[in-house]
Amino acid sequence: MWNYSEKVYEHFRNPRNVGEIENPDAVGEVGSIVCGDVLKLTLKIDKQTERILDAKFKTFGCTSAIASSSVLTEMIIGKTINEAAKITNKDIVEYLGGLPKQKIHCSVMGAEALEAAIKNYRGEKLEKIYVGEGEKIVCECFQVTDTKILKAIQNNNLKTVEDVTNFTKAGGGCGKCKGEIEKILKDFWAQTGRKAFADMTIVEKVKQVENILGEVINPKLKGDGGWIELVDIEGMKIKLRFLGMCAGCPFAGDTLKNLVERELKRKLGQNISIEAE
Amino acid sequence: MRKNRIYYLDNNATTRVADEVYEAMLPFFGNLYGNPSSMHHFGGQVQKYINESREKLAALLGASSQEIIFTSCGSESDSTAIWSALRVCPEKKHIVTTRVEHPAVLSLAKHLEKIGYEVTYLPVDNDGNIDLDELRNSIREDTAIVSVMWANNETGVICPVEEAAEITKSKGAIFHTDAVQAAGKVPINMANSAIDMLSVSGHKFHAPKGVGALYVRKSVPFSPLIIGGHQENGRRAGTENVPYIVGLGKAAELAAKNIETENSKVSKLRDKLENGILKKIDNARINGKRDKRTPNTTNVSFKYVEGESILIMLSEENIAVSTGSACSSGSMEPSHVLLAMNVPKEYVHGSIRFSLSVYNTEEEVDYVLDKLTAVIKRLRDMSPFSDEKSAFGNEVHH
Repeated sequence: MWNYSEKVYEHFRNPRNVGEIENPDAVGEVGSIVCGDVLKLTLKIDKQTERILDAKFKTFGCTSAIASSSVLTEMIIGKTINEAAKITNKDIVEYLGGLPKQKIHCSVMGAEALEAAIKNYRGEKLEKIYVGEGEKIVCECFQVTDTKILKAIQNNNLKTVEDVTNFTKAGGGCGKCKGEIEKILKDFWAQTGRKAFADMTIVEKVKQVENILGEVINPKLKGDGGWIELVDIEGMKIKLRFLGMCAGCPFAGDTLKNLVERELKRKLGQNISIEAE
Repeated sequence: MRKNRIYYLDNNATTRVADEVYEAMLPFFGNLYGNPSSMHHFGGQVQKYINESREKLAALLGASSQEIIFTSCGSESDSTAIWSALRVCPEKKHIVTTRVEHPAVLSLAKHLEKIGYEVTYLPVDNDGNIDLDELRNSIREDTAIVSVMWANNETGVICPVEEAAEITKSKGAIFHTDAVQAAGKVPINMANSAIDMLSVSGHKFHAPKGVGALYVRKSVPFSPLIIGGHQENGRRAGTENVPYIVGLGKAAELAAKNIETENSKVSKLRDKLENGILKKIDNARINGKRDKRTPNTTNVSFKYVEGESILIMLSEENIAVSTGSACSSGSMEPSHVLLAMNVPKEYVHGSIRFSLSVYNTEEEVDYVLDKLTAVIKRLRDMSPFSDEKSAFGNEVHH
């Protein structure tokens, strides 16, 4: 059972502004029936003031897709186009009192439909999936562009491919593009100063591992009269040696798994492997 | 909840504990708390109730009581069976199963692939049936086990497991079936069968959650999953879950008695529901042929609406059903079972499973039909596709 907020349920039970405006001034339609959700947003706009006079939606989707669509119309009616353009998926989530992580993409669909409608109003070409210049589609299944993935990573501080899938659906179909998403993630975080372990020189890697051993792991083993030293690093494989009371200790295996591996993976990423002599 | 009455049509998820089962269990939470392994009479007296339960479950399955191992659940039974087959023939590294298995088998198969086994996943046709010739061709010299479910949890589609077991036997592999959705609903008789191992779960037929069993034919070599004490003849260590085993025995006794009711009363209710849906709601599609399903299950796909929305709206009306097409992650993957059956894309996201039991009534079915019709209409009014006049009529498989 999803842990939906009361506000989500309320908007699902009594969705506002369901329907389609006749002769709309703007239309935004996103999603596809294959993916399992589609939102069609129609707007009535005052040409002089550029104020949104009315908004209606039609949605094929789950509880939170319907609730997201409903609150979107409520949020934009009365706003000018420029004001509405500032609304992000996070605003929709906030307005709903939160959404389960796996359902964030429903709010993204709302923000996208709005973006598409505004583009449509401004006379830009109406495409169901908007692919701008210099953009490329990363996820073929759900037609997700690199720009959209990057935006989701940036706005929501995403760290893993799974997060990206939850927010954008990219990678959730055939999964072929997961490698590419991983690369986008890595590049983004590398640029923002956090160099990935895989990209470090051997000297940087050694320093990093010794640091973690010296500051986090060995102080914890000290009480038991043991310690760990670094033997070698081959690519992503870190070779360690148990010393002192740890050498030959029957619980060394547990320590390796529960403490050493956990700490190193947390600091260096899940894709490293640990080996002990 | 705004109203107290619950309309429970989710019996493939779990069932209500029968009053008789509940009553039968109570003494074992009270005075009869002894450990059946104890040497003293106070503990030892409990053993006979376990033996009785074993007899009752054996009777339901047409087996002998020595062939029954009590476990904690259906998943444990499945895991025990598959690991056992792999351990008793360590030189065999191949497994055959189907694409529509329960995760208890499917996820284990995927895990085994990761650690070096090879798995063949048999496809199904649009009605959910495997092809027996394809099964025959897939079994190799190094096939350790073939595991094919008796009845599918999502659609109720019944597999020809007896024939599949014969084929498997002739090819020298062990045959296991996950009969969790079949036990108590369709007749099972291990006496005239080539099936080697069979899994059941108590809470699918009115025993409580937390108890299951594995049938292992006497002639079939076995290796336990849980090693420790001598319980279950050394085939499943761990102090017996006495009250639940007693509950399972009672439920088996009731099921043996009720199987006819299940097949007449429950299937009549199910057919009423199914016919009602097709009559009242256009663009609805029943998945799996009716005469090849468990008597209690119907899986319906509604065009242009999404399953979770249907489920939540029904839940607001105190109706409990389930959806295979849970939009459960960013991936929005529809049910692997319905995908394997090639349910069309404009239908597959709107799939709902109704699963009944002897506790349902005609009046309940009428209520559900009424609410369901309104819910589908509401959601279709909201759907951007609902305006389209579809070229397809009702699609039903008889």
